[in-house]
Amino acid sequence: MSSSSIRVGLPVNEELDGGQAGALAAVALALRRDLTLAFRRPAQLLQPLAFFALVTMLFPLAISPQLAQLRLVAPGALWAGALLASLLALDFLFRDDAQDGTLEQYLLSGQSLTALLFAKTAAHWLLTGLPLALMTPLAAVSLGAPASALAAIVAAVLLGTLTLSLLGSIGAGLTLNIRRSSALLSLLTLPLSLPVLIFGARATQQAIAGAAVLAPLELLAALAVLGVTLAPLAAAAAVRISLE
Amino acid sequence: MLEVESLHLWRGERHVLRGVGFVLSAGQCLQVTGPNGAGKTSLLRTLAGLIYPESGQVRWGGRDVRADLRAFHAGLAYLGHEPPLKADLTARENLRFWIGNRQRVSAKQLAAALTRVGAEGFADRLVRTLSAGQRRRVALAALTLLPVALWLLDEPATNLDAEGQRLVAALLSEQLARGGLAVAALHHELPGTLGVVQALELAA
Repeated sequence: MSSSSIRVGLPVNEELDGGQAGALAAVALALRRDLTLAFRRPAQLLQPLAFFALVTMLFPLAISPQLAQLRLVAPGALWAGALLASLLALDFLFRDDAQDGTLEQYLLSGQSLTALLFAKTAAHWLLTGLPLALMTPLAAVSLGAPASALAAIVAAVLLGTLTLSLLGSIGAGLTLNIRRSSALLSLLTLPLSLPVLIFGARATQQAIAGAAVLAPLELLAALAVLGVTLAPLAAAAAVRISLE
Repeated sequence: MLEVESLHLWRGERHVLRGVGFVLSAGQCLQVTGPNGAGKTSLLRTLAGLIYPESGQVRWGGRDVRADLRAFHAGLAYLGHEPPLKADLTARENLRFWIGNRQRVSAKQLAAALTRVGAEGFADRLVRTLSAGQRRRVALAALTLLPVALWLLDEPATNLDAEGQRLVAALLSEQLARGGLAVAALHHELPGTLGVVQALELAA
């Protein structure tokens, strides 16, 4: 049954009823809303980025400035940093919206909750994953990666953080009404993120060694596609349960 | 027509709703009363399809609302006891994002709605700087923008001054006059006459 048939028999104010917003319009609006909100509070955005920068820049100081040794630990340091930074950012993915009732209104909007949560996750990735990827060249260079490896490493981080945001949306949905849930959220999300860590580090290692990077990159891309198709569905189900 | 049949709801160990049932026709309002913790909010959330009851059914237009929740939600406005507003957005932006998710809305309509609830003076201030009563007015502005058949209101007049209470009453009677339905958890009588009001008292 369409929404219009439910309104049958109700002489509503014609001038007001501009018609139901399309799904795409709703998604675009949800995305814009989250971006607007984030830029009103830039400190929240900078925290995971500062964390990533610190981790990757402290490693060369702590280990050794020798290039050969640095390159050995570079993939691990880079990806552990990226993984933890995106975990740090997950905390505020749904929390505020659940507390002030926005998610409830999303659920009651007559739009697809899956689509709206996908928009939220996309905004989250644009605000955390994308800047992380943009910072990666700096971090990679400080870990001794050659300039020729940077393109592949950035591509890997782009794909990897996308999957991490999507996986995180499931965990964040499940832990919505658990107070101080950061630890639980990490426990839920970390095991699922290990493939990203492994393939991401592998791609980085290959890129630094000047070997073929296509295989691990393709695996990362496959994970991202899987995430885009399935994670929003799971996140929507998780949010529905959490809001009950 | 909203038909509710013997709803039973458990929250943990508590049997919150014990066989709640009623029939509400077009142009009628159901006033839900009861002491704190009697389950008024639970009832409204169950009607909205946010909570699944252990047994019983909610029917809208003769059909179980669970059959197509999204279509049901498109014809429903739910106002919880906290206005769903973002502290870091202005009142106008909040309204635009909230309503825009559901239907096309123009800047003129937004302005008209904000004026209607007496919020034009603070429409462009961040919600974090607004008082509880002012936030409530912004939430009411959302109601005036949603041309839907069923309103579920949880304490819609909380934090409002006398003039605000009259506004809630006026909005409700308009909704009923145009054939809409409303279920409202109301502690206090609203000023003026609302038209056809049924009462449902929940025991603690």
